[in-house]
This record gives sequence, structure tokens and C-alpha cells, in this order.
Amino acid sequence: MPNEKELIFSVQGLRKWFPIQKGMFKRTVGHVKAVDDVSLNVYKGETLGIVGESGCGKSTLGKTMMMLQRPTGGAVLYNYGDGNFKDITKFNGKEMHDFRKQVQMVFQDPYSALNPLKKIYTSFEEPLKIHGINAKAEREKMMDAVLKMVNIQPDYLLRYPHEFSGGQRQRLCIARALEIKPRVLICDEPVSALDVSIQAQVLNLMKEIQKELNLTYLFIAHDLSVVQYMSDRIVVMYLGKIVEIAGKRSLYNNPAHPYTQALLSAIPVPVIRREKKRQVLRGEVPSPINKPSGCAFHTRCPHRTEICEREEPRLIPDQTDPEHLCACHLYNKTAA
Amino acid sequence: MELNKSHASNMFQKNVRKFLRNKLAMIGMVVMLIILLMCVFAPVFTSYRADQPDFSARTQPPNLPHILGTDKLGRDVFSRILYGGRYSILIGVTGAFFGSLIGVILGAIAGYFGKLIDSAIVRLSEIFQTVPNMILILILGAVFGRSIGNLLFIFAITGWMTTFRIVRNEFIALKGETYVQVCEAFGMSKIDIMFKQILPNVMSPVIVATTVNVAHFILSEAGLSFIGVGVPSATPTWGNILNAAKSLDVISNYWWLWVVPGVVITVFVLAVNFFGDGLRDVLDPKQQ
Repeated sequence: MPNEKELIFSVQGLRKWFPIQKGMFKRTVGHVKAVDDVSLNVYKGETLGIVGESGCGKSTLGKTMMMLQRPTGGAVLYNYGDGNFKDITKFNGKEMHDFRKQVQMVFQDPYSALNPLKKIYTSFEEPLKIHGINAKAEREKMMDAVLKMVNIQPDYLLRYPHEFSGGQRQRLCIARALEIKPRVLICDEPVSALDVSIQAQVLNLMKEIQKELNLTYLFIAHDLSVVQYMSDRIVVMYLGKIVEIAGKRSLYNNPAHPYTQALLSAIPVPVIRREKKRQVLRGEVPSPINKPSGCAFHTRCPHRTEICEREEPRLIPDQTDPEHLCACHLYNKTAA
Repeated sequence: MELNKSHASNMFQKNVRKFLRNKLAMIGMVVMLIILLMCVFAPVFTSYRADQPDFSARTQPPNLPHILGTDKLGRDVFSRILYGGRYSILIGVTGAFFGSLIGVILGAIAGYFGKLIDSAIVRLSEIFQTVPNMILILILGAVFGRSIGNLLFIFAITGWMTTFRIVRNEFIALKGETYVQVCEAFGMSKIDIMFKQILPNVMSPVIVATTVNVAHFILSEAGLSFIGVGVPSATPTWGNILNAAKSLDVISNYWWLWVVPGVVITVFVLAVNFFGDGLRDVLDPKQQ
């Protein structure tokens, strides 16, 4: 991370609610609050990890941040350089088209991310054509460059997706996302569909590419060790809300939020006969449709107090470490 | 960038090999092609014109100059079947093609955009489905008159619902695929995503449905012409040839006037159906 941190993404109060419709006239009877009032900053050149269990809204956050899904509310400011911030939620078609060159995404499932009927060459050619690179020679030069980065022979471009393994496909997907030279790469669980042995290979590759191209990553995952390996800062989400943001060291050494503590204690330790004291959470994740009042975590929290049921905690910086933010009444009180 | 072609793989060659191994489909294709070519090159196979009466040779059973006999006006049945096949096959193929075209376009729009547009188009297709086809054809036939063009128009607007349903369902399933989202993330236009990315993955059931429709429309034409509301009777089509068999006199005394066109229609329709089935086996991506 550079010393002088330059903001590249500033998400402010982002909400994505999916309406639940019932009956003949499609009455809206409620909302699934997948992303509920999320604010965060992404700095240039860093890797921001986003963790949380399934259904906590981390993928939706990623997709909403690049307008693959329209947010219900809030703003996403993107820095076009030198503090020239623009709210991408208000973009029209032309501005959106240009924005697509800035931010790209790598998806979770490499098996369906390539059109099965098209040769890899076609799948690689299309994005370049969309963004106005009309000369065939120039396109092939760019394709060749990204393929070198992911160590795949250019000859393989003439094959079909079903002829590749999962790891190769994910590398192809990364290469394709990099083709149009984006500044930010949103990675939506890029390795969770892969074998553990291949995971390491792909992760190392992604780290190398980041260094080479000075990319900013938004790394979404549910695997804590993967996030720890990749990220500089980590965001922990629970039921559509951010419960903790901290630098990697700070988060893994002193997790503040009880949910983070429980998550970290669930990481298996690869040492025989050393039982770690586990902090097991009771109960199920509440439904995101009828979220618990106050702190969404209070139904499962071991340190629950009476205020947790009434009032929603805000993200408050830690007293000693202002980079470490946590949304929990336990700390709020000590600050007050 | 030089690409070494030896690494290339060819899906087309693989599919052709797979089709060649399917015996029923091959028989279907060969029979279909033989009948089709004989119809197209009819003057090579027969020296008689289809509408040339010869009153000295009326209702002759199959014999040497008239290999399939002659009808009540002394016209050669064999040449009538060949020339009639031109119209029947043309009606079947173009009707099915335009029906599928409408079905594909509406299905893609309904499936991809969803919501209100989808409901509106689905209701429209349900209206077309609830009105019995035959009655719709009769009404339109009565309004627009009898001609091949009108019949084609009627077939196209009554025959798109099957394809529509197939395409719409596939689009709903496929628009959630990751590669569609990838294209959206690259900023590809909606039209390109619909017709260049998703549609090729939907084409195999559409092709199969179209071949089945070809057979269906040939039968419809024959049925409509038989009851006298299809193609004008002066034009020889397979249906119009069968039309002659309406009287009991013909059925009991002149078997070749109805057995021959009946068999030709049956054989051709069967061949088309076998061919369509074979295509489905080859093109179904789930079996690759």
C-alpha cells in the first residue's frame, strides 16, 4: 500500500433491496435487504477483502458497485483520477460504457463464464470490439499480452471452453477481464469453485498481476485464509451490513466484533492435538427479510445486552487504531 | 500473432460424424433429399406437364407411359406429384421458417426483458393458442381469400407459439448464466447479448421445432386443400391432388389417385420427422 492513499471508490450508504412480490397484482410485501446501508472506501493499489457467510450480501455488493445491479439507494463515487469523482449510479448509457473500461469483474463460476458455443478467440475478441479496437492485429497483440500474463499458450484460443480445466478457465476469465486494461478488478469468489491445489496457483497469479499492473482488487470470498492471504484491508459483512473494517493484521490479531471473533475462531488449525478454543455460534442466520431489530447480530451474540435489541450500532473507529472500525455497542459504550 | 491450427478443435466435424452414425436420421435425410430433388428437378424425371389434360387417356391405372396412372382429366399423376411437391414443400418450409422467426424474436424479447413485456407477449401467445387453429385458418382464409401467399401468412402467424415458448424458457434459464453477466460487465449492447450470445445456445431446439413444423404445415396444407379452403384447386399441391379422392367413386375404383399422394405425404413427413429427431440428438448441448 502506498503511503499517500488515493481513494478510488467511495461507497456511501449503498442499499440493494430485492422486492418480494405476492399475489396476482404483484403487491410488494417486503424486501430482501441484501445490501443495507453500506459505506466503505477503496484505495488505489490495495486489495480490499470482503468476507461473510453465504447470503450476507457480499456478491450483491460487488455487483452493485459496478452497476450490474441497480442499487435501491445510496451513491458509488468513482475516482477518474486526480479527485475527479463521479457518481456511477447516475450514469447514462454512454458514461456507463466508458466506465466499463475502468472496472472489470471476475466471477465465481469459471465453468459458465465462457460461452460454451464460442471459441475462446471469439470470447476474447468481443470485449475489444465493443471498446472500439477495430484493427485485428492490434486486438491480437492485446490478447497475446494478457494470455502471457496468465501463462496460457495463444494457440489454445482456437479451442472451446469445455476443453479446459477449471483452473485454466478461471485464468482465461482473468485474462479476458484484464484485456481492456481496467484499473479495478472486482473478484467475486474467484477461487471457491476450484481445487485447493489450483486455488493457490490462481491466487499467486493474481498477486503477481496486481503488482505488475498496479491494480486495485476488491476481493470477495468466504474463505478466511484466502482473504487473509490476498487482502490488505478486510471488510466483514453480516446480513447486508458491515460489522467490521480493519487492516489485515489488526483484524486477525484483535478482532473486535463478536461475529468476527466467532468467524476467526472457526478457522481450522493445522496442528495435531492442539484443540483451539472455539467460540461456536448458536442458532441460524436470521432471514434478511425480517431482520432483527437493533443490532442484526444480537440474536446470536454471546455478549448481548439490552441496548442491542433496541438500537442499531454505528461503525465507530477504534480508540487506538482509527483504521479499525467496528459496529458494536460493546465498544460504543467505552468510547462514550 | 500466429496461431497453430493443429490446436484447433472443430465442433462441426464432430457433429457431422455423430449425425452420420445415426441410422434413422440418415435414412430420413436421404429420403427427404430424394423427394426434394425429384420435385425441384421435375422436368428431368417426367415429360408430362402437371396441368396438361389428355382426354384420350383418362383414369388409366399405372402403366408404362404413365407410371402412376392418370386422373379423371387424363393428367399424369406422377408429374402432378412432382410439381405439386414443389408447392407443398415450399409452403411447409417457408411457413415453418417464418413461424420460427416470429417465435424466436418474440421469445428472445419476452425471456430476456421479462416483467411487463414478458406478460404481454405471453398473453398474446395464449390468445393465439386458445383459438383453435383450424377455425383461425378458416376465418383468415375467408377474409383474405385463397392463395399460397395467404396460406403462408396464416401458417406463420398461427405457428410461432411452440418456438416462442421454447425460446422464452431457454432465455429465462440462460440469462442468469455467468457469461451473460460477463458480457454485461463489458458493456455489450442488449441486442448483441440476446442475439449473439444467448440465441446460438437456444438454436438446437428451435431447429428441431422448425423441422417438426415443416412436417406439420405440409399436413395442414394437405388437410386444408382437401376440404377446399387451402390453395386454389388449379395449383397442384399434394393436398389438392388428394382432394380428388373426395368421392366414393374414386376411393373404390381408382386407388392410385389417393394411395399414391397419401403415401408420398406420409413418407416425406416421416422422413422430415426422423431428420429432426436426429438433429436434436446431435445439437443438444447437454449430450456433448
